[in-house]
Amino acid sequence: MSDIEAAIRDNHPALITYLTAGDPSLEDTKAYVEALDRGGADLIELGLPFSEPIAEGPTIQAAINRALDAGTTPAGFFELVDELETEAPLLVMTYYNMILQYGDSEAPRASESDAAPPQSKPDVRLFVERAAEVGLSGIIVPDLPAEESEPLRAACDEHGLDLVFIVAPTTEGERLETIMSQVSGFAYVQARLGTTGARADVSNATHDSLARLSAYDVPKAVGFGVSKGDHAAEIIEAGADGVIVGSALIDIVAESDTPAIDLEAKAEELKRGAIRGTDGTGEDEIDAPEPEQP
Amino acid sequence: MSKSDHEHHRERDSEATFGEYGGQYVPEALMPAVQELEDAYERYVLNNEDGFMDEFRERMADFGGRPTPLQRADRLSERYDREIYLKREDLLHGGAHKLNNALGQVLLAKYMGKERIIAETGAGQHGTATAMAAAHLEMPCEIYMGRTDINRQRPNVYRMRMNGAEVNPVTAGSATLKEAINETMRDWATTVETTHYVIGSVVGPHPFPKLVRDFQAVIGQEAREQIRERAGRLPDSVVACAGGGSNTMGTFHAFVPDDAVDLYAVEAGGSSLEIDEENALAPNSATLSTGTGGVLHGAMTKLLQSEDGQIMESHSVSAGLDYAGVGPELSHLVDTGRVTPASVGDEAALNGFHRLSNLEGIIPALESSHALGYLEESHDELGDLVVVNVSGRGDKDLETVLEETEKRDLEAAPDVEVFGQ
Repeated sequence: MSDIEAAIRDNHPALITYLTAGDPSLEDTKAYVEALDRGGADLIELGLPFSEPIAEGPTIQAAINRALDAGTTPAGFFELVDELETEAPLLVMTYYNMILQYGDSEAPRASESDAAPPQSKPDVRLFVERAAEVGLSGIIVPDLPAEESEPLRAACDEHGLDLVFIVAPTTEGERLETIMSQVSGFAYVQARLGTTGARADVSNATHDSLARLSAYDVPKAVGFGVSKGDHAAEIIEAGADGVIVGSALIDIVAESDTPAIDLEAKAEELKRGAIRGTDGTGEDEIDAPEPEQP
Repeated sequence: MSKSDHEHHRERDSEATFGEYGGQYVPEALMPAVQELEDAYERYVLNNEDGFMDEFRERMADFGGRPTPLQRADRLSERYDREIYLKREDLLHGGAHKLNNALGQVLLAKYMGKERIIAETGAGQHGTATAMAAAHLEMPCEIYMGRTDINRQRPNVYRMRMNGAEVNPVTAGSATLKEAINETMRDWATTVETTHYVIGSVVGPHPFPKLVRDFQAVIGQEAREQIRERAGRLPDSVVACAGGGSNTMGTFHAFVPDDAVDLYAVEAGGSSLEIDEENALAPNSATLSTGTGGVLHGAMTKLLQSEDGQIMESHSVSAGLDYAGVGPELSHLVDTGRVTPASVGDEAALNGFHRLSNLEGIIPALESSHALGYLEESHDELGDLVVVNVSGRGDKDLETVLEETEKRDLEAAPDVEVFGQ
């Protein structure tokens, strides 16, 4: 069992948190990650910022812009991870081009040489090698569907990293089979169509997706829109093994005067909510959805 | 992986890629829609199911005004001492080649049972073409456009609104084409079950690069027939401007098998080809000439990017060429040597604009003016018989041209100071 799978199964129900690294600086991120670790996060995703984050809503887009404006680079990101000593395993979430380009500075630009030389093909192994070296346990790539994942998957296998796939509300039939047969670490269940971002409620699609996945014996964690302890309770009660929270934490980073303290408290609230979801008491604090609702 | 899985994977790969470029790098939520589009592409476009392509051609004739002429440019032929022919896509309805793709995709969305159209636009040409096509085919339509572009292309915003489309301003980043594409993809990830994304160029995940190319290929198919009728043979070279590359691939596609015909893709050299690494800025849009391989907006292709992989802000005097990526098939054709990438700067393009206006009575788009600028600079290398695609007309660019001309001492420009008085 991988570190990630163990972190979810051993700490069931698991709390998975996301922060964008470098927002507003890498030193701050270090303090925030430690706060989340203390607050009860069982798995921590760190975003390596990319300039074109097509899967993100406004909150994480803004965090990524702040991180890029602060000069966050892959080199600095890996140094941060190297320094972190958390109980929770760490994953990197980034877009595929960041993985492709890592460490490829030797490749000549076409303009620097005559007669277009065959370019050295981008190679994903350098990124994975460095990720393993600094102690990352897994990788999530929102713009890499299973169909294009073979090179990265091979590199991850070689270095013992999990490559986590997202299951969307539109993932059905044969594609669902294919993805579920490749689950590594856990299945990232996208709670609703659209982009990331805190929402006021838990979508019906979450219940549908969890029902569709109930036959598969793999850890399932639900993200996209989760912001409160009550959401966590409802999601765990609906059959998930973990909840993933990102934008709600980034709001704290952006708005709080004492982000580390508030992040730790938020993690505690979310973890308590998740635990409530396992003993049935979650129903008392929320409007339980009609089981028959379409 | 079983043998049949493996074979299936390989087969899919060869369809989805051009050499090492192309592919489908999109969020999982969009994959079913992308696969649904692959299926529709095969049935309706490749196999003409339900007479789709017949209806497309008929509408392009009646509504669009096809075929467009191939015109001998008498003064340019004299100036360069060789035969110069212009493919007049500026005469297509809407004033640019964009309608070929927009009408094709909106019609395809209808055949697929989609209820809503979304599209991004940079300069506004693709947005206006999509809005026209959507009005013509009675489809609700929303266009995403960067705030910067809205401010510099106001007439196109009015045209879209007049055709009944909503225009949604995008304020992220530099608020131009790249950000508009990001935002349209986010809309699509939310509404994918009912909505078709009419992408504006030969970019994006498979099958978009092939789908858009096939709708645009009519440009080269007509030009190839027309030049044989007029000149009795195939041209020595074909020249087209390249941003994302839809008019480029549309013009080249029919000529690709003709080994004796040289193909030149002319990019925007902007103010310089040097990259400003420190500020992550390319003062050009010369992706084919200077870019490196990477993944943007769903495809592996050549990109203007930093060493870390951040996408750079590009620049050109022509908003329609101002993009840090390019179609994956063009990247492949450049690597294999079939297409020669070239670039001309802002100034050569402005001179090209004025020269065609003044000598031939045709006001070309600033995008097309890059092809004309290249003709001036490199006509000696292009052989005796040359076809240049005039991808659009320049009415939309008059304000920019006046502004940019006043700043410079352009050899081909008329005295524009009178306009300022």
